[in-house]
Amino acid sequence: MTGTNGSYVQVNENLKTFKVSRQAFVDPAVTEAEYAEIFDKCWLYLGHESELEKPHDFLTRKVAKRNILFTRDADGEFQAFLNTCPHRGASVCRERNGNAKSFQCMYHGWVFGNDGGLKHLPGEESYPEGFRENGSGNLTPVAHLDSCAGFWFVCFDPNAPSLDDYLGDAKPYIELVSLHSKHGMEIVGGTQEYAIRSNWKLLTENSVDGYHAESTHATYMDYLLNVNGGLIKQPLEGREFDLGNGHAVLEYKAPWGRPIAQWVPMWGEEVQAELEIVKAELVERLGEDRAERIAHYNRNLLIFPNLVINDIMAITVRTYYPDAPDYMNVNAWALAPRQEVDWAREYRLFNFLEFLGPGGFATPDDVEAMEKCQIGYQNLKEAGWNDISKGMGRAEPSYDDEAQMRAFWTEWQSRIDRAAAVGLAA
Amino acid sequence: MTFQITRDEAEDFIFAEADMLDDWELEDWLALFVDDAVYNVPSTDLDKSAQAANNLFYIADDRGRLEERVTRLKKKTAHAEFPRSKTRHLISNVRVRETDADSATVTTAFATFRSKDGITDTYIGSTRYKLVRPNGTLKIAEKWCFLDMDGLRPQGRISILL
Ligand code: FES
Ligand SMILES: [Fe+2]
Repeated sequence: MTGTNGSYVQVNENLKTFKVSRQAFVDPAVTEAEYAEIFDKCWLYLGHESELEKPHDFLTRKVAKRNILFTRDADGEFQAFLNTCPHRGASVCRERNGNAKSFQCMYHGWVFGNDGGLKHLPGEESYPEGFRENGSGNLTPVAHLDSCAGFWFVCFDPNAPSLDDYLGDAKPYIELVSLHSKHGMEIVGGTQEYAIRSNWKLLTENSVDGYHAESTHATYMDYLLNVNGGLIKQPLEGREFDLGNGHAVLEYKAPWGRPIAQWVPMWGEEVQAELEIVKAELVERLGEDRAERIAHYNRNLLIFPNLVINDIMAITVRTYYPDAPDYMNVNAWALAPRQEVDWAREYRLFNFLEFLGPGGFATPDDVEAMEKCQIGYQNLKEAGWNDISKGMGRAEPSYDDEAQMRAFWTEWQSRIDRAAAVGLAA
Repeated sequence: MTFQITRDEAEDFIFAEADMLDDWELEDWLALFVDDAVYNVPSTDLDKSAQAANNLFYIADDRGRLEERVTRLKKKTAHAEFPRSKTRHLISNVRVRETDADSATVTTAFATFRSKDGITDTYIGSTRYKLVRPNGTLKIAEKWCFLDMDGLRPQGRISILL
């Protein structure tokens, strides 16, 4: 179901309503259009620099249905290739990660350097002279690879804007989350890899939804209340910002502890003194304003279309792709300051698994909510529209309004319109 | 003198635990654990020696968090399990691996099924128990569930007790 002009998004400025067609969550043609106009064209998150610590480190990862081999070559340069053999297509690297100077395809034995170059060609005498050197046998690099504050992105569109231009006003927020420690940031061991039987856009909405905490996460809030000293007297309050290009952020204060550096009583007086030292270092290094934001403000950051960096009671870096309109695969990592003291690292990880993890006290309920929305959309012939109007009339939307979702959907619609223009999804 | 336990006794104990979970007798289940017990489910890309203090797990409960988990599961607002799912824990390959003065390490293989809303999800893995006998009653000091899976796909969550 689409509106009168065929659009999935219907905005009425007079009535201050913003509606999204539920067809956008169920139609395979929409998913196809999303791959063509969004995932094949946008900058997408690949990995964090800390995951490839040394020259010759590598990892393999799926990004927008492609298999990517992400490496550091002998000079320590970051490189990314399509993980498929130029010969007849086999996956060249079949491991999750490791350290290797070269990769040998298991099928016919072609060998590639971690700079993608074909180094060894079994039976070379059967090939024309110069075949190995002419480049046609090298691994195919991604069209674009670039980084921002340690976060590496790829883009499969040769005509894409630069990463800088793409991130635009979101860039200072990515930088901010990389500044928690003077030693830099790192991904902690252990990936949470799960699936949700719902449309991927439900997770985009859910990841920046300040409105659902009280009802969806009632048991998590109960838990924090039950744990003696788990909360301070700080009401949830803050703002949300449309950062352009579909990116958005919520920035708000909350009652939970942040191992950097919002103290809660359960951590004890010794830790309180320690956190004051951490805060002082932040002020000295970054100035009062940014130090205050890092210490006491939470940020749910959405980089269009599917990178979520939530800097809350822990930091999650999360990305997800649809396999089908009603099925997505999610990868989530914990980001933390390097050389973090043991107690803080431990609390951070416990905070993460309690709230952000699919085995915790909150995320299973998010998964339940998203899956139940997807089931609800089975009724779209009679009940066809989502309402995303909350806070639309306000000059300064609150952290629990829906302006951030409107930012996403506005960008989404403009890209899907382009798909419609080329005949995908009407 | 070392800790005495037969495979029969370990099996009876662990089968009874499984029934408690499938019958949703969560308070009885909780009572199987000692006061400083741990219940851990590491992420699937970690090796078995990984510790929760410096690696991201799915579940890393001490006694306090375990009690809160049970308290939560009994509420209507634990949405993922309301209405609650049906589960069946199948336990096999029970072996007493090691004993020291006051504990035994027992390992099992498990397949746990969770059904809800027309979908049945399967969790497969091995469990490593550390069993103790304070005051003569067999109890769980540690329960580690290692999933033999590439992540939680398609399960999406561990909202039940494994
Ligand atoms: S497919 Fe890789 S060497 Fe033939
Ligand atoms: Fe949530």
